[in-house]
Amino acid sequence: MANTYSKVGEMTTNDGVPLKVSLRRSQRKLKLWAFLLVAPLLVFILVSFIIPVVNMTMRGVENPQVANIMPNVVETLENWQGTELPDEAVYAALVTDLTMGRKNKNIGKVATRLNYERSGMRRVITGSARKAAKLKEGPYKEQMIKINKAWGDIGVWSLIKRESGTFTSSYLISSVDRKTNDAGEVVAKVESKQIYVNLFGKTLLMSFSITIICIVLAFPIAYLLATLPLAKSNLLMILVLLPFWTSLLVRTTTWIVLLQSQGVINDLLVWMHIIDEDGRLQMIYNQTGTIIAMTHILLPFMVLPLYSVMKTIPPTYMRAALSLGANPVTAFIKVYIPMTVSGIGAGSLLVFILSIGYYITPALVGGQSGLLISNMIAYHMQNSLNWGLAGALGFILLVIVLIFYALFNKVIGIDKMKMG
Amino acid sequence: MAIPIYAGKLERTWYYSYRVICTLIFLFLILPILIIIPLSFNVQPYFTFTPEMMSLDPAGYSLRWYEEFFASEVWMKSIKNSFSVAIASTILATTLGTLAALGLSRPEMPYRALIMSILISPMIVPLIISAAGMFFFYSSVNLAGSFLGLILAHTALGIPFVVITVTATLSGFDYSLTRAAASLGASPRTVFFKIMLPLVTPGVISGALFAFITSFDEVVVAIFIAGPEQRTIPLQMWGGIREQISPTILAVATILVAISIMLLTVLELLRRRSEKQRGLTPG
Amino acid sequence: MKKLLKRTVVATAIAAVSMTMATTAVQAADTMTVVSWGGSYTKSQERAYQEPWTKMHGTKFLSEDKAGTGLAGIRSQVEANNVTWDLVDMLEGDSMIACDEGLIEEIDYDTILAAAPDGTPASKDFLGGMNGCFIPQIVYATLFAYNDELFTGEKPSTIADIFDLEKFPGKRSLQKVPDGNLEWALMASGVPADKVYEKLDTEEGIAMAFKKLDEIKDSVVWWEAGAQPPQLLADKEVSIASGFNGRFFGAQVNEKQPFTIIWDGQLAEIDGWVVPKGKLTEDLKAYLKFATDTQRLADQSKYISYGPARASSAALVGKHADTGIDMKPHMPTNPENFKNPIIKNAEWWANNKDDMNERFNAWLAK
Repeated sequence: MANTYSKVGEMTTNDGVPLKVSLRRSQRKLKLWAFLLVAPLLVFILVSFIIPVVNMTMRGVENPQVANIMPNVVETLENWQGTELPDEAVYAALVTDLTMGRKNKNIGKVATRLNYERSGMRRVITGSARKAAKLKEGPYKEQMIKINKAWGDIGVWSLIKRESGTFTSSYLISSVDRKTNDAGEVVAKVESKQIYVNLFGKTLLMSFSITIICIVLAFPIAYLLATLPLAKSNLLMILVLLPFWTSLLVRTTTWIVLLQSQGVINDLLVWMHIIDEDGRLQMIYNQTGTIIAMTHILLPFMVLPLYSVMKTIPPTYMRAALSLGANPVTAFIKVYIPMTVSGIGAGSLLVFILSIGYYITPALVGGQSGLLISNMIAYHMQNSLNWGLAGALGFILLVIVLIFYALFNKVIGIDKMKMG
Repeated sequence: MAIPIYAGKLERTWYYSYRVICTLIFLFLILPILIIIPLSFNVQPYFTFTPEMMSLDPAGYSLRWYEEFFASEVWMKSIKNSFSVAIASTILATTLGTLAALGLSRPEMPYRALIMSILISPMIVPLIISAAGMFFFYSSVNLAGSFLGLILAHTALGIPFVVITVTATLSGFDYSLTRAAASLGASPRTVFFKIMLPLVTPGVISGALFAFITSFDEVVVAIFIAGPEQRTIPLQMWGGIREQISPTILAVATILVAISIMLLTVLELLRRRSEKQRGLTPG
Repeated sequence: MKKLLKRTVVATAIAAVSMTMATTAVQAADTMTVVSWGGSYTKSQERAYQEPWTKMHGTKFLSEDKAGTGLAGIRSQVEANNVTWDLVDMLEGDSMIACDEGLIEEIDYDTILAAAPDGTPASKDFLGGMNGCFIPQIVYATLFAYNDELFTGEKPSTIADIFDLEKFPGKRSLQKVPDGNLEWALMASGVPADKVYEKLDTEEGIAMAFKKLDEIKDSVVWWEAGAQPPQLLADKEVSIASGFNGRFFGAQVNEKQPFTIIWDGQLAEIDGWVVPKGKLTEDLKAYLKFATDTQRLADQSKYISYGPARASSAALVGKHADTGIDMKPHMPTNPENFKNPIIKNAEWWANNKDDMNERFNAWLAK
């Protein structure tokens, strides 16, 4: 039935090709053209950006060390139940792997890897490797336990077995202040070692506070800019745009100069006798410093979207509400503010997303209490060299950011974002 | 926003206090940037106003930090590096970004939202993650510690701005114009150069400026992948601030503020021009 | 206009590409990338080793101040099979890790390094730290110094004084790492300097150290770069700071700062060179032999107050190159200064670093 219908209603082009087909063909061609224009950039971003980022977060689960460098141990441990010490075959494999690892100079990687999970494993592995090379013949079990009593500890063996896969969840577990105990259960770390959950919480909380402060500060001036005559507002706009275009490091430097205890503000307060020489305020190298500097840096990101939304609200609405007898305050809250919600939303999500991932400013003015999760990732990248943990923390951070971004996209739409 | 003559006392108070609040917020935005300018002329190596400076005594001011800056080989080299990296990555980002924006703004573009999300991801992903990822990746392909590596990395970071600004310009673009031109016999080439390009130029230029400033101001990725030969101004500043802020940093900061004022002016002129072109109210 | 724009674009692109190629070409020629700590320390190495060598052989040295993240750099370069550094200045502890992981070259001390003038082979002449990969260079100390102007009456003189905020008011500045701070906290709690690692091997000892640090935590400004502590003292942001003895010396001598060093409880540590995997070329060997011989190590002490890591160099330590001050009393290894030192146990730190860092960071964040 449908078939006949389409046959009957079909239209053709001059050369007899059905119009539908022809249209589809040209449509396809246009589609191809559009895609070809985008393709170079897409490839570029995929290769130079997406792959590196995925690669980095994958480090949070990759675990090649034990599997690659101690293949014999991994193989013989496969059937081990974990209830008592493994048998001679495993120890023989251990001696082979340690000897090989020492010869190839890569046993240190296993040592480093296992030391992350259990302090002291570095010494166990490197020390045993040195001595294992000198063992002449088996049985090895006794001899190895004599070399280091750790080999007589079931916990060590279950650790090795647990970390023998090419992928591990232990970095992710560690990122949420948990660990796997000898029995294989995931438990909370001792309190003196808990850090990341709090840090994520603090990062979110600080980003949230900065966002709120930005809304409070941005709203009045955006309103002023949107309601002033164009010539005047353009002039005032420069006061928002100049900070926006000024180097981040310059703005951070200037806050150090202003806020440090021998800085401009403290000097001014001392000079005005508001505080005395010994009572200089500590406004930087702490959470306060980070919040002040970041608010300053991110404020334009709130003002600009808010302004562009307010600009589209005709002043007649407010006038109408007022002339109908509404109290100005009520009119403002009930009529005006609801119309700016999309601007507030856009600005907030922008500020929020940017501040969650902030690194430079907290590193320079954060002292200890003002540090954010990015600083911890940088620390693991550069100082502790625990790249797996950096990857896992990065992965969690990325997921959080992407959730907010998706929200942003859903509520506002990224293509509606305006710059400058 | 002028105060109506019939305003009551309460409204007057509110009106003035609102003005005061706004002034304070504007001061919060702009004062910190302006304050370093006089400080950079301090003759003393302090970061505060000396009594001589307060009394406007010329002896309290000097150009010594600027002299130090211009005499320093390291700083001069970092300026050269910053400009070459920023210009090269701006060219790359603008070319690729504009092409892509042309494609994206066509109504026929498939998977538009997805592709857009991928293209602007460098702006969304926290910088520390991008930097760490690029550090591993560029090291493995022999590009860490090279100009090419830094340029490519900065290009990736600048691209979202180009894509966003150019697509925004094109969103108001009337495609019937190109069809009209084509039906009148213009070749696609002519259509592009005579119709599309003049209209998108302001968007392209402002995108390019964004890409430029992104690279020019970028430090996190540079910390991770730049080698000793690629030290840029922000990298030099970062090291300086972390170790000890010498007043030279303030001189550099002042120069950078001057550069941003220049960029801002260009952008403002462009905006006015494009508004005129589109027949909107001239700024 | 359009033409001009086009021409500029092309020209810049060409310039950018040729610049990239030019730098690659330069690196391939006779240059050596040396990674060190920056500041006056790198300067002293340049003056004592690199400049004389360049004069003799024309080698161009590229300095990179990334020793602070040296192990990270070497690891990623070796992992990526793209090693660009030729010589890296590193602490003994990190060198043990790098050596175990096979990231750096093994050194046959007696064939590669010069013997002492009296014929003592290199392996006997160096003061310690010879773990098979590490080439000792200097002995330096992390220790405390204070700003004289802030203490008019009694001056602090022991580690215990540093933890005594009542007797010696003012903020303290400590390095943002557990290394050293834990040892000092134990010393301040009454553990003798040579027993601190024994104590730190016990859970009770670690808890004791953190408890002691708790007492001053609120008054601490944490530093990360070596240049910071002298700056913080000079600005009077803090009254007592831990730092590297060479940096304090530099501030005392070059900037005439009124600092006094507390030698009690100095944390002595060896710093030296390591060669990233695959970089032990004949050229580099020749340079290493030169740069670590008895005279050169003694020469470095003309520019910075770190003790040469060779026994035979001690007698050659002379006067400061710029001011003519006798350098011997400023050496951490000078017997007068070496009365109650903590010798940093690199092995203990290599084993417990991850654990201590984790605890330290959690403690800081609390």
